[in-house]
Amino acid sequence: MPIGGGRPARKEAILAESDTPAEPTRRDFLLHAAGAFGVVGVAAAAWPFVDQMNPDASTRALASVEVDISGVQPGQAVTVMWRGKPVVIRNRTEKEIEEGKAVKLEDLKDPLSRNANGGPEDDASDANRAAAGKENILVMTKVCTHLGCIPLDESGEFGGWFCPCHGSQYDTAGRIRKGPAPENLPIPPYAFISDTKIRIG
Amino acid sequence: MSGHSTYVPRTAIGKWFEARLPIVRLLHDTAVSYPTPRNLNALWTFGGILAMMLVVQIVTGIVLAMHYAAESHVAFRSVEGIMRDVNWGWLIRYLHANGASMFFIAVYVHIFRGLYYGSYKAPREILWILGVIIYLLMMAAAFMGYVLPWGQMSFWGATVITNFFTALPIVGQPIQTLLIGGFSVDNATLNRFYSLHYLLPFLIAGVVVLHIWALHVVGQNNPLGIDVKNDKDTVPFTPFATSKDAMWMVLFLIFYAWFVFYQPNFLGHPDNYIEANPLATPAHIVPEWYFLPFYAILRAIDFNLGPIDSKLGGVLAMFGAIAVLAFLPWLDTSKVRSGRFRPIFKVAFWLFGLNALFLGFLGSVKTDDIIMGMQAVVWAKLSTLYYFLYFLVILPLLGYIEKPRPLPVSINDAILAKSAH
Amino acid sequence: MTAKMIRWAAVAFAAGIALTSSIAAAQETAVVYPLITPTRHEWSFAGIFGQYDKAQLQRGYQVYKEVCSACHSMKLVKFRNLSDEGGPGFSEDAVKVLASTYSIQDGPNDAGDMFERPRLPSDPFPSPFANDNAARAANGGALPPDMSLLAKARAVHRGFPWFVFDMFWPYQEQGPDYIASLITGYQDPPEGVTVPEGTYYNPHFINGISLRMPPPIDNDVVQYSDGTPQTKEQYAEDVSAFLMWAAEPHLNARKELGLKVMLFLIVFAGILYFVKRQVWRGVAH
Repeated sequence: MPIGGGRPARKEAILAESDTPAEPTRRDFLLHAAGAFGVVGVAAAAWPFVDQMNPDASTRALASVEVDISGVQPGQAVTVMWRGKPVVIRNRTEKEIEEGKAVKLEDLKDPLSRNANGGPEDDASDANRAAAGKENILVMTKVCTHLGCIPLDESGEFGGWFCPCHGSQYDTAGRIRKGPAPENLPIPPYAFISDTKIRIG
Repeated sequence: MSGHSTYVPRTAIGKWFEARLPIVRLLHDTAVSYPTPRNLNALWTFGGILAMMLVVQIVTGIVLAMHYAAESHVAFRSVEGIMRDVNWGWLIRYLHANGASMFFIAVYVHIFRGLYYGSYKAPREILWILGVIIYLLMMAAAFMGYVLPWGQMSFWGATVITNFFTALPIVGQPIQTLLIGGFSVDNATLNRFYSLHYLLPFLIAGVVVLHIWALHVVGQNNPLGIDVKNDKDTVPFTPFATSKDAMWMVLFLIFYAWFVFYQPNFLGHPDNYIEANPLATPAHIVPEWYFLPFYAILRAIDFNLGPIDSKLGGVLAMFGAIAVLAFLPWLDTSKVRSGRFRPIFKVAFWLFGLNALFLGFLGSVKTDDIIMGMQAVVWAKLSTLYYFLYFLVILPLLGYIEKPRPLPVSINDAILAKSAH
Repeated sequence: MTAKMIRWAAVAFAAGIALTSSIAAAQETAVVYPLITPTRHEWSFAGIFGQYDKAQLQRGYQVYKEVCSACHSMKLVKFRNLSDEGGPGFSEDAVKVLASTYSIQDGPNDAGDMFERPRLPSDPFPSPFANDNAARAANGGALPPDMSLLAKARAVHRGFPWFVFDMFWPYQEQGPDYIASLITGYQDPPEGVTVPEGTYYNPHFINGISLRMPPPIDNDVVQYSDGTPQTKEQYAEDVSAFLMWAAEPHLNARKELGLKVMLFLIVFAGILYFVKRQVWRGVAH
């Protein structure tokens, strides 16, 4: 609302005609108060129009999925959808685990574990990447940290994942080793409900 | 836009802009220095209120479109998803649904203000006709919007209204089939209505720009209906009109908020909370309140008029009731604009207003209801008759037989005379 | 000028009121359903400050679950809604357990078969019939309406001129008033009135003199655990309140926000009034 905008000369002339002079202090206070109310009102009214774009209640209600992994043999993986993204649960072979453990931390491009279940400063050791107490299980969001493509399983120079879009290479613990991607594949929050059941989210 | 522009860019960047795109000058001349008659009353703030409501409807509508699905099997559910699951969805939908009613309340005040103070007379004919076009577009937009929730009233309203076209001889049926994209109202109808419902508000906004342009060319009318003579008759738009507009806008928002927060379903119809069912017509179909007077006129014509059967007659009468507004500048023959100086006109005008309300009431009841000893449909015929008499007989004749009261010399004189008392 | 306008407006308003009330007084109509207008009840959620009563919603859900849900679906309400803010206020864990007592078809699994699994909080209430035709077939040809929006879809219009007053003294509880009146409104048809075969006389019914639904509930049918009287009237009120919540789950938030918005706008309008007065000070108009 353009309150107190321009003050053309004609208005002063009209005001000069009247016997009661304007009271600048009171008038300014009122204009400022009205302006403040206008700004606060518009800002408060804007919030619902922004917040409506956030996930709605039905989407939020689906924020966790349960996966039965009893049938996933070593060397196999199962991919499920969680929050619209593929999450891979891999039962790693002995060889893959060995390879993952053999990598020195200083060779890693991204030294952080990127594990939502651990601390934000945890290093990207194989143990910090695998499931707690189950070093053969690796749960990751299979979305390349470069620009969001889906990496291919069991491929690339490091025997892990290879992103066909721009050639990012991940090792057997899902850590970025080569290519344009900046970070290790993220690990979503999850927990074992039983020995063979995982709840993601 | 009219007269000499007083805008002078003060900053360097302002001057740079001014030489390339003088949009600041345009805004300044339109909303700041524009001279407005000093004697405008509160009824003149409804133009600003309408502009505000158009913005509210467009903004809430764009947001609703982000969550709505125009498919006949999911439309109803998607609206309920908005009401239940979308963050603030209930608020935004209630703002939009009640906003439509508020838009019409404001537009009716605006129209009746124009009717009383003769705002349609020369040189404001184009301004007035642009207003009639906006009104028509609003009605189309409101009707199509009401179809989108795909409730019982949506479906049957769409069926009844598109059936208007079948009243036309020979071409009627093919036109109706073309409009609804099938042999009955269905998914194709819903989809095209959605598309058009999204389009029309922007057409309205375009015509509103023309409406304001025309207004700034000829200047505002005023309660005295006499022309502005010189600078003494006017004040600059800002801060005088803006401060008044702002206050009345917020007062209108209070009225609007009352419905949104405490009476959100008062102006709607319960049957629209039942999903559309092509097998069962609701017991009593009524349009939204803002269409009721025209609905009464439609139903009043239940007799054949020579070659015109009652169905076509009703549809013609209804459209005629709106079309006649466009010819008003030439139907009213009086030289005096403001009703304030026209003793006989005043009476006819207030009768017209009451008659319009009464038509609205008649549109809401069943045609065979008995009202004050007569069937509603008989009353509707009398009311319809007066509606057309007002425009086609009373206004043309009054210019010749009525003796208006003397007009003041200028707006300034009238104000000085009043404050001298 | 303003005084004159106000006078005109007052005259017009008075004329309008006089005209409309005389119309209303003289208005006679043919048979209008319902024969008896719904009884006004006291609702905790009525009025400007009204809010749902959690305990009542919980009891209402119990009545719905144990009685109504045998025939009436509630497809738009999800189990998770039972723990939503402004609702019956069940705990999330209780809702999980409650939902899992019902099953739902899901699938296909890896073998391509559909399978049954327990419901999750994100699943809707189960429907008693597979589809509308099955529901009709089991109920003598009448479809028990879905109850998700019933409380908003069954508002009985109070007609002219009452709606004018309802505009300013808000009355938005027509739906629950109607439902509660209907449930308790069954009676023997008056002498000389016969109802169609297989229907039950109820002067509160919105669409005729009788309906296919038999009297749905009687005293002591549902066991309340909180000591609330187990009468038919109490059941009717509780389930009506529950249905209002099901139809309008954000009513609490709406009325709370409304109060803030109203106060804000009223103060804002007051400030703008003084701004306007200052601006126009000394300018005759």
